[in-house]
Amino acid sequence: MKPPRFDYHAPSTVDEAVALLARYGGDAKVLAGGQSLMPMLNFRLTRPAALVDVNRIPALAYVREDGDAVALGAMTRQRTIEFSPVVARRLPLLHEATRWVGHLPIRSRGTIGGSIAHADPSAEYPAVLTALDGEVVAQGPRGRRTLKPRELFETYLTTRLAPDELLVEVRLPAMPAGAGYAFEEFARRHGDFAIVGIAAMVVRTGSRCTAARLASAGAGPVPLRLRAAEEILERDGLGEAAVEAAAVRAGELVDPDSDVHASAEYRRHLTQVLTVRALRRAVERSREPSGTGHPRPEPGSRTPLQ
Amino acid sequence: MTEPVLVRVTVNGTPREGRCPPRKLLVDFLREDLALTGTHVGCEHGICGACTILVDGQAARSCLMLAVQADGAEITTIEGLMKDGALHPLQEAFRQHHGLQCGFCTPGMLLTALDLLRVKPDPTEAEVREGLSAVLCRCTGYHGIVKAVQAAAPVPAVHEIR
Repeated sequence: MKPPRFDYHAPSTVDEAVALLARYGGDAKVLAGGQSLMPMLNFRLTRPAALVDVNRIPALAYVREDGDAVALGAMTRQRTIEFSPVVARRLPLLHEATRWVGHLPIRSRGTIGGSIAHADPSAEYPAVLTALDGEVVAQGPRGRRTLKPRELFETYLTTRLAPDELLVEVRLPAMPAGAGYAFEEFARRHGDFAIVGIAAMVVRTGSRCTAARLASAGAGPVPLRLRAAEEILERDGLGEAAVEAAAVRAGELVDPDSDVHASAEYRRHLTQVLTVRALRRAVERSREPSGTGHPRPEPGSRTPLQ
Repeated sequence: MTEPVLVRVTVNGTPREGRCPPRKLLVDFLREDLALTGTHVGCEHGICGACTILVDGQAARSCLMLAVQADGAEITTIEGLMKDGALHPLQEAFRQHHGLQCGFCTPGMLLTALDLLRVKPDPTEAEVREGLSAVLCRCTGYHGIVKAVQAAAPVPAVHEIR
């Protein structure tokens, strides 16, 4: 199968790309890494009048520390993120999630902006964006605006980006030093899209949890922040009982659909199981911000991990 | 523009060029326009990995790139592995360890494994299996392939590609 006919444009600046998108008035597709769009074109599931290939815009590929945040250009390849020392140090959750994105040859081409703008609810990066409460920067003919994940993701494969807007940057708050984190996922085969994935982060002070972050992938039409489950940890700490209670709550919070891959009930079950696993690993990894680098059980508290 | 575009690439060290419509996939450009049929076309949606090549030194699916996107790139295909009539050390290891049967997935396996060995020069068996899960073999499973990659890993010349 060959892709359908299209006009092909490879602009070298964001302004040119936005002008092209505006010119085609919603009938153009942005070609980023192509790891989702190219299969859809090959199958002729989509027949855009034009492709705006943003691979020749060098200004869109960077990983930059920006105060308490890390800014990633939309065309930063997943492979670059996988091997970025800045990401490993300041966004270890993103680093870990990247290993779940397809395979190395897919990550050579796939980009963070493409993954997020494609808005597949079972994809890893939208869940990380949601868990860390980051934001994306979009540029259109009238300038730039930022969108939070809950504003961005509308439903399956659909964002609230306008047809003439280009996602140009992903901004994620740097994780606090010592934060524990984990990305857990279940897929039928390694590298497949997740049936369910869970992104978790915990920040501890003593046995208390000062901040918890949980988000699901694949358990509904958009990635979901599991705030009520986070609150259990922030109230009750990071012991095993609180971890299990938070996981039960997570399973109640998601609203999955049934499809050919899994029933809604199974996805709900997976949400609970993967939340326990993610939180246990996150707690194990967490340490005091000024700590020694090793997890220290608090005297008198239950050891959360066995 | 849907008019044919000029695509200039360096394939296995040799400058090559061709003219093709922008919708032409890179794998079809290699096979049909440059007559390099060693790269195989399997699923055409990025799952099977048979068409994996190196683009600027990194493994990538040539069915998920347009030929026009490769303009200016350095490409390595299976045809670039043999040197002076001798098999590349990784090919030699595949031969010794029975790492192929029908051969359809083999070009993708070899290029994927070369990239894997560059990012992980001393991989564990689990890492080899994770890396090679990017390519599907439907003949006999993966045992011989995994053994071949592990056997080739310590050979210094395994990283040499012309």
